[in-house]
Amino acid sequence: MNTRAKQVRDKVVPDTEKRKSAGAVNDFVIRFANVNGTGSASANNLFAKAVFRMGIPVSPKNIFPSNIQGLPTWFEVRVSEKGYLGRRGGVDMLVAVNPQSQQQDLESLESGGYFFYDSTKPLSPALQRPDINYIGVPLTRICLDEYSDPRQRQLFRNVIYIGALAALLAIEFDVLKVLVGEQFKGKEKLIAPNMHALELGFQYTREHFDCPLAIRVERRDLVGDRILLEGNDALALGAIYGGATVAAWYPITPSTSVVDAFDKYARRLRIDPGSGDRKYAIAQAEDELAAIGIAIGAAWNGARAFTATSGPGVSLMSEFIGLAYFAEVPVVLFDIQRSGPSTGMPTRTQQSDIFAAAYASHGDTRHVLLFPSTPRECFDMAALSFDLADRLQTPIIVLSDLDLGMNDNLSAPLAWDDGRVYDRGKVFNQVQLEAMTERYGRYLDVDGDGICYRTYPGTHAEKGAYFTRGTSRDEYAIYTEDGDAYVRNMDRLLLKWETARTLVPAPELRDCGHKTSAGVIFFGSSAAACDEALELLADENLHLNSLRLRSFPFSDEVPAFIGRHEKVFVVEQNRDGQMRKLLIAECEIDPRQLLSVRHYNGMPITARNICRQIRQELGGAKVTRIDRKAVSKGYSERT
Amino acid sequence: MSYIRPHFRHPEQPVNDLGYTRRHYEGSLSTLCAGCGHDSVSAAIIQACFELSLPPHKIAKLSGIGCSSKTPTYFLGKSHGFNSVHGRMPSVATGANLANREMIYIGISGDGDTASIGLGQFAHVIRRGLNMLYLVANNGCYGLTKGQDSATADRGSVSRKGVPNPFEAIDLCTMALQTGASFVARGFSGDKAQLEPLIKAALCHKGFAFIDVISPCVTFNNTSRSSMGYEFVRDHIDATGKMDFVPLRQEISANYEPGSSQEITLHDGSVIHLYKKNGALHQHDRNQAIRNLQTHREQEQILTGLLYLDPDHCEFHDTLGTVKQPLRDLGEGDLCPGSRALEAINASLR
Ligand SMILES: Cc1ncc(C[n+]2csc(CCOP(=O)(O)OP(=O)(O)O)c2C)c(N)n1
Ligand code: SF4
Ligand SMILES: [Mg+2]
Repeated sequence: MNTRAKQVRDKVVPDTEKRKSAGAVNDFVIRFANVNGTGSASANNLFAKAVFRMGIPVSPKNIFPSNIQGLPTWFEVRVSEKGYLGRRGGVDMLVAVNPQSQQQDLESLESGGYFFYDSTKPLSPALQRPDINYIGVPLTRICLDEYSDPRQRQLFRNVIYIGALAALLAIEFDVLKVLVGEQFKGKEKLIAPNMHALELGFQYTREHFDCPLAIRVERRDLVGDRILLEGNDALALGAIYGGATVAAWYPITPSTSVVDAFDKYARRLRIDPGSGDRKYAIAQAEDELAAIGIAIGAAWNGARAFTATSGPGVSLMSEFIGLAYFAEVPVVLFDIQRSGPSTGMPTRTQQSDIFAAAYASHGDTRHVLLFPSTPRECFDMAALSFDLADRLQTPIIVLSDLDLGMNDNLSAPLAWDDGRVYDRGKVFNQVQLEAMTERYGRYLDVDGDGICYRTYPGTHAEKGAYFTRGTSRDEYAIYTEDGDAYVRNMDRLLLKWETARTLVPAPELRDCGHKTSAGVIFFGSSAAACDEALELLADENLHLNSLRLRSFPFSDEVPAFIGRHEKVFVVEQNRDGQMRKLLIAECEIDPRQLLSVRHYNGMPITARNICRQIRQELGGAKVTRIDRKAVSKGYSERT
Repeated sequence: MSYIRPHFRHPEQPVNDLGYTRRHYEGSLSTLCAGCGHDSVSAAIIQACFELSLPPHKIAKLSGIGCSSKTPTYFLGKSHGFNSVHGRMPSVATGANLANREMIYIGISGDGDTASIGLGQFAHVIRRGLNMLYLVANNGCYGLTKGQDSATADRGSVSRKGVPNPFEAIDLCTMALQTGASFVARGFSGDKAQLEPLIKAALCHKGFAFIDVISPCVTFNNTSRSSMGYEFVRDHIDATGKMDFVPLRQEISANYEPGSSQEITLHDGSVIHLYKKNGALHQHDRNQAIRNLQTHREQEQILTGLLYLDPDHCEFHDTLGTVKQPLRDLGEGDLCPGSRALEAINASLR
């Protein structure tokens, strides 16, 4: 280390050696604090991808504002040799390159952690903490010396700190090189300047600090054939593979990228080679009412159709969802949940549309819900949702969320069986109608499973036409206000609900291998943190069996699981324990048996938080059923 | 309640090119009030489809909610129908059309359904240029909820409640013109000689065809001071000209006087002959069409007939560049890229 560097460092960090350093090899959390709209995203992704390419499980999460430019934005990457992919809580290294949020960022740092900052200007004394390590790299000065174009100065500043981190954390430089090459494929001119920026950061840091640090990465082979993919992209691919031809939508975070991705992949995979015409249609509607109306119209007419939205859109779509339920039109809705109610925290995650989705619309309605936990499951469930919709002739709502949908999640690769045929459900075709001697009844339950035969418009010149309506009708689709006919129809819909129960994906049960009277139920994007929490609790000799819900209606295994335990924790990311209440109502469970583990500050739930709430209950300590701490501490919550 | 019509057939009823009688195009018995204008609209649709020899099963009928939106039950009983939710027929029609571009779509709406709750969907389905006939049976009131003023009721117009409407009216034809409809017409349910050819022309038009049909509500809005009652309309109507519509399949007969008529050929080769009143119709000039409406309105006249036509307008499927085949007919072979493509995608995500 040269003298100038020593001086730079000594100025800020008088006594590094005495500080306990946080984290370890392949086990740490790094958070990048940036300014929105400054091009930091691609640099930060480069970092996460490099760790992934070194065979180490990573879990990157974007924490972004509802803003296009100027507000603070964070990118948090968990590196975990053990393969924990949920948020852990706490930060071991902070790349504090946004002066706006430095104070707040400083507080999130674990004791012994590293505070990486731009040392062009001296650090304010307000940012001193005796228990952490400071690493100053003069990013701005390096840029000023190197580049004259202000745009380049801003962009390369990000790349330079990635170079610095490569030195500090022992990221293989060759891996970065390959990634930069891939990133700028087709724009080869940009490769050399980016590599140069990486090297600037790398060289400077290597010269001025003892590299690598105690927290660092080391090549492993722990990723296998897994992929890094956003849940929304996986849903879109599932829709492509599942045969969706009509997508209708109205822009809303965090669901927009579902349709963007559908568009992107369809342009590659759904073009007629001869004519160049599209084998799909995307309609950007005037609002969510129209979006789901379009999807319903298309599905009624025999196409596979979907819409994607988030909470506010679900509220608007309610009337139409009720129509599709009652008139029995198959339609698929992807709800990428965000923090409600109202506009809430539009760019933060939550699992709070459970009630809104399960019972959407007025009157007696119930809707099939699917809860994917990983991108692979997003893909599978998206494709499945079209089969289920056609089979059950009812809306299918896939409940994802911002965390799963908009972050790169490590996932099993996507797979498709080429022998698979779409289940288009009960549809009479021209030949069947021609052969029919009896009168066709659209709402006649011929098979006794509550599902009737539909016909697509235009199938047969004489037979099979019927009138679809949201008003009460008899078995032959004729309008009626006869109470008996209405009741027969509503009861048949209940029978169909029972059929749905046998067709939806079964829950995933896990036995902890110990005798225990406690269980935990979770679903969706809480799964990764729950898996980790269960391992951590097992280390403390607290053993729980688990059940991961994958769908609603709940199959019989769900009440059976609850029945086998004295106490069952229901982990969810909303204030009111909506899933717990749904279980109580739908499985007729004694409320005292179900304990709520809740988290709802808009950040993905952490394993630490789950452990703490369960430990408190099982350890006999004071029962705190509401995680008040997590609420009041906002984003810097460290549980 | 709807009733199935009793089955008897006159042996000498005329048949169309498909061998169907007019009866084949009828629906269930209407349950609307006797004398309701909407029933005349249904009759005109039946006649138009019969005369055009359209196969009924290749037509889909869509509607919102209201007395007017009930009418699809009363015509084309061999067609599929969809009575959706209030004001949202345009979106359902859009989806239906996207799924199968080969069918004919008839959307029926009311003035409440279109000009109030569905105003947004109305404007946007027009902007999309959806290939459909959108017909509003316009009675200036909410019939089904018992006669409240609708947004098309003229200011000062008095319904049965006796209170003059204090609000400005929305003119749906003007709005259709402003938002880009390629076929805009106005008819009167009491004038089937004009309405039938208008519907026929609209059904043959490729693109968005809008017809605003003044269709009096005899129960709630047929007073002498309501501007959409029979009496008022008969007294104040001014037709843009007489119209004759010749579908593609018929031989074009030259039974019009050159100089006083104009011939317009639709995309499928059908021809519209317009017998112009004073030679100043400009049915190809959108701005002039809007001005014509305005001028007549100022003179307390209701301008009817074909107001505007652009036969070369592009429809939604053209804009989207979808395949010629109906999307709903595509199967796994066309839609599913298969496991090899997925492997390549997986590889790109590592
Ligand atoms: C969401 C909703 N709000 C209100 C109603 C009640 N409603 C039924 S029909 C109607 C008005 C229909 O008026 P219009 O479209 O002009 O049809 P008309 O009966 O005059 O032919 C209203 C307000 C409804 N069905 N749905
Ligand atoms: S209330 Fe009016 S619009 Fe409704 S059926 Fe009777 S006359 Fe027709
Ligand atoms: Mg009306």
